[in-house]
This record gives sequence, structure tokens and C-alpha cells, in this order.
Amino acid sequence: MTRLIPLRETILAGAILGLLLVIASRFSGFVAPANLANVFNDTAPLIILALGQMVVILTRCIDLSVAANLALTGMVCAMINVALPELPIPVILLIAVLLGAAMGAINGLLVWKLAIPPIVVTLGTMTIFRGVIFLISNGKWVNSHEMSASFTGFPRAEIFGLPVLSWTAVLAVVTFGVMMARTGLGRSIFAVGGNPHAAVYTGINVGRTQFLVFVLSGALAGLTGYLWVARYAVAYVDIAGGFELEVVAACVIGGISIAGGVGSVGGAVLGALFLGVVKNALPVVNISPFWQLAISGSAILIAVAFNARAGRTKGRIILKSAETPS
Amino acid sequence: MSVFKKLIASAAVATAMFAGPALAQDNVRIALVVKALGIGFFEAAAEGAKEAAAELGNVEVIYTGPTDTTAEGQIEVINALIAQKVDAIAVSANDTDALVPALQRAMQRGITVISWDSGVAPEGRQLHLNPSSNPLIGNMIIKLAADHLPEGGDVAVLSATTTSTNQNIWIDEMTKVMGDYPGINLVSTVYGDDLADKSYREATGLMQSFPDLDAIIAPTSVGIVAAAQAVVDAGKVGEVNVTGLGLPSEMAGAIATGASQSFAIWNPIDLGYSATMLAYEISQNGAEAAPGAEIPMGRMGSLTLDDNKEGAMADPFVYDASNIDQFKSIF
Repeated sequence: MTRLIPLRETILAGAILGLLLVIASRFSGFVAPANLANVFNDTAPLIILALGQMVVILTRCIDLSVAANLALTGMVCAMINVALPELPIPVILLIAVLLGAAMGAINGLLVWKLAIPPIVVTLGTMTIFRGVIFLISNGKWVNSHEMSASFTGFPRAEIFGLPVLSWTAVLAVVTFGVMMARTGLGRSIFAVGGNPHAAVYTGINVGRTQFLVFVLSGALAGLTGYLWVARYAVAYVDIAGGFELEVVAACVIGGISIAGGVGSVGGAVLGALFLGVVKNALPVVNISPFWQLAISGSAILIAVAFNARAGRTKGRIILKSAETPS
Repeated sequence: MSVFKKLIASAAVATAMFAGPALAQDNVRIALVVKALGIGFFEAAAEGAKEAAAELGNVEVIYTGPTDTTAEGQIEVINALIAQKVDAIAVSANDTDALVPALQRAMQRGITVISWDSGVAPEGRQLHLNPSSNPLIGNMIIKLAADHLPEGGDVAVLSATTTSTNQNIWIDEMTKVMGDYPGINLVSTVYGDDLADKSYREATGLMQSFPDLDAIIAPTSVGIVAAAQAVVDAGKVGEVNVTGLGLPSEMAGAIATGASQSFAIWNPIDLGYSATMLAYEISQNGAEAAPGAEIPMGRMGSLTLDDNKEGAMADPFVYDASNIDQFKSIF
């Protein structure tokens, strides 16, 4: 079943390479290694969130509250930094992850214990989180001069030529790769999404698994919240507005089936990279801004249509004797 | 509006009522009604109003407004001011039309009514004071860039969305006066949709597409902050100057890093000052607010009214390293 090089990912990687070639023909500076590193860095938040969204979608759920979670955690981190500028960054990171996970847990509990459809739950919490940001900030901005230098400097600090923001994405990808392939949780996530009834019979608690994936997604959103606010050095109510749809789009482009159970870490990462390349290329290839949205949307549709064709598998006959009754 | 807030509002007005007559009765009482109390911008406007009062001598400024930005709250405040028989009301309205009946009642009782900052429909006021005008803003944003480019250079505009009306008007007004700034070339206009991340990406893209770019003009508060951050991250501070329209509190960091040399926005102190001066002129010196009239407003020159009895106060006020510290805590 599992090929060494999965077909879907190969096609998507090819599409990204093709895209890069087309862009290079119009603006050669885009494919310079330094710029590609910038593009990766710019896409890092999307990659991290796409990984969280991937595990949620795999269990037949969806998390629309990631961007609002990101914005709320980011605002809280920024306000903590303004109040306590001396607080070390590791503590802020811990707060960000825990706060994000707590918000994810709210989603997870509502889905698990009250059995409310995930799209309704997260649509509700999305609005609630945005509202909470307004309440705690009174609609005011937290600006760059109020943040400490170490707070805004952390995602930019370079290790081996790449900023910490990029390394965080790399770390998240490796962690998720190991988790999905080598741990019980990873396999139960696939099982829950693939066939919830069969998962129950094998002793997997479906609701609990869904709860855990929401916590995971929330924790990643929280982590990204701090990184986002520090990177753009500004926090206000509307940051990352509409970003949840981009995250879902990255997953769908990456071949994560909305029906659950099908998908891979590589797919989610490539899906995010595809969108990242498109977003970063459009400003430099000199295309009218009026066309940019249409082009982004078409790219998503084409990629998904391609995936749907590539992913179409024929039914398999498991009882040969039943096919031709003797 | 909650009962509690109503109580607070009435209490505030009642206090002003009792406090008023205690002072010398012949003082001219001008009420500065703001959208809501406790907003830095309006507190600064009140400072300006007090400055005008001190200059005029016999003026008492009543700074008031509701506790939240509702038209209902402002109507209550206005009704209380009518009962108090103030001489003039200068209002920054929460709603263009909702305040008209209350303000008409005030005018019937001989109270001078003007609106400032956020206007009231023409039938509800004698004149409206705009902080600036579209042509003045369009000219200012290109002037900000040109002032730091004596040899000329390439500039690009980072706007909000493609459909945002005032942004498009300002850019349009800017392109009309490009001829006054020889050597300044507008190389591109991009749209950051008022999202920090998209604006940042667009600004980065501009610096890549035009390596010789000298200035980014962003007439939007989200865009100008994001562009300044992009310039800092690209290591182009000193090469690319980010300018446009922004708020001092939000731009203080960009001024400190040098990513932005200067930017502009209205000065709330001047606005409160001018509103008070205008109200005084109409109420006490018999200045008539008719189309085409010119009404003096102290150190701010004079206001020329158009057919809608509206006027523009001045060019947007320029903020730079010399005055940012004074204003960043205000708004």
C-alpha cells in the first residue's frame, strides 16, 4: 500500500517545481536560494497550522477557529510582554502553547462530550475568540515599540542561516512525521477517520482521539500566534483574518481528504508550500491585483481536481469466491 | 445602552450643569461633544479646545460625550446641554442623521451648532470642519516621500483593498499632483488588503521587483506598519523610506528604527482648537456660516466653506522623530 515515494506527493512536488520554473521565467530572482529561504520562512506559519489542521481533518472534523486562536494567543502574549518585558521568551512560548491547547481543548470537549458537529463548534469558538481579543484589548493595538527587543527578535534569530521561525516549522514537520508513522496516536487518528465504527471495535475511543487532535491543533495555533505577532511586530483584533480558510485550503491541496482518514504529513507540507509560493510570487511577477485573487482560487481548484483524479482508486474485491459463485 | 451607563452619562452632564453656573456667568460656554469619553484622540482634541479657550479668555469649554460610541448617548448629552443653555455645541457625531433632530432643537434655541471630525447631515449643523481634504491628503502623501528625495527617485504605493474608496480617492489625487514633484516616479501600486501579513508580503515583493525603490507610500494604518517591518527585516532601512498615513502610537517603533522618516495624520489638538475657535466666531462675533464664507480660526488660519458648508482645516500634520514621543501616548 505505502509506496516509497507516494504518487500524490510526487505530483504536487512536480507542480510546485513547475510553478517555480514559470515564475523564474518572469522574475529570475525568485528562485535564488536566499529568496526561496524567505518564501519558506514566510510559509512557516501556514505549514505549522496545516499540520494541526491535517490531524483534525483526518478524524473527519474541521477546525475553523485556528486563526482566531492564533490571534487571541498572539494578543495575550503581546500584552504579557508589554506588562512584563523581562519575562523570558521560553516562558512566553510555554504560555502560548498551553493557552492555544486550552482553547483547542474547549473545541475538543464540545465535539467529544456534547457531540456537536465540529464545523458548528469551531465556527462558534472562532467568533468567541475574536470577541475575547476585543474585550481584553479594548480594540487597541499592541505596537512594535511597546514590545521588547527579545520578544520580536526571537522568530528572526538565525541558526545555521535559517530563522527560528523556519526551524520551528521544520521541527513541527519532523515531530508530526514521527507521530503519524510511529505512535499509537498517529495510527488511531487514521483509524478514527478511515472507519470510526471499526476503530471502536479495535478499542480506540473515537471521541477522545478527536479531543486530542483539537488540542494538538490548538497548541500549534497558539505557538504560531506568538510567532506571528512577533514577526509582524503588531497585535490587533483582526490579525490573520480569514487565515483559517487558507489553512484548510493547504490541507485540501495537499490531498488530505475532507472525508477523513486519507492524507499525509508530506501532503500537508507540500500543500502549504504550494500556496506559499503562489502568495509570494504574485506580488513580484507583476500581475494586476485584480487578477491575483482569481489566480489563487483557480490554483486551488486545479490542484484539488488533480488530486481527486489521482486519488480515485478502484474498488477491490476481497472475496474472489463470491465474484463467481460456483 | 445600559441603565448604568445612562446614569453615568446623566451624572456627568448634571455635574457639568451645576459646575457651570458657579463660574462667572458672562463666560461663553462651548461644549465639545465627542464620540465617547476616554478615547486618546478626543482627549487630545479637548486639550486643543482648552488652548483656544485660554487664548480667547472668556470661554469655558465643556468637554463631554457618552461613555460608549452610540448616537443615543450623544442625543442625551445634547439634550442636557440644551437645558443648560450653552452658547455653542461642537460635535463629532456617532451617526450622520440620528443627531439631526436634537441638534435642530438646539439651533432653534439660538445655540450655535457645528460638527467636526465626524460630520452631521447639513440640516443638523451650521458648518462641518473636516480635518483635511482629499486633495490635501493626496498632495501630502507624495510630498512626504519627495521631501526626503531631493534628487528624485522611485516610489511605490501600498494601499488597502482594490475597492477601498478613500484610499483610491487619495491615490487618484496624488497622481494628479505628481507633476509638481519632478523626478519622482510612481513605479507601482499594490494592495495589502489591510492585512498585516499580505501587506508585509506585498512590501517585500516591491523591494524585490524594484531594487532601486526609494520610498513606499502607504495611506493605510495597517499597511504602513507592515511595510516598515518588511523594510527593517529586509535590511533596507535608510534605502527605502516608508511613509503615508498612520497613527503615532502605531508608528513610534518605525520612526525609532528609521524605517520611516516621517508620516502624517490629522492633529487632534489642532482639530479641537479650530472647532472651538469656529464655534466662538459664529456664536459671538456674528460670523455667518454660508457657502463660500471664510471664517477665521486663530493660529490655524481660516476655514473656507464649500456648497455643503463644509471646510478642510489644514494639511495632515507631519509626525517625525522630533514630535513622535509627545504624540505616541495620545492616539
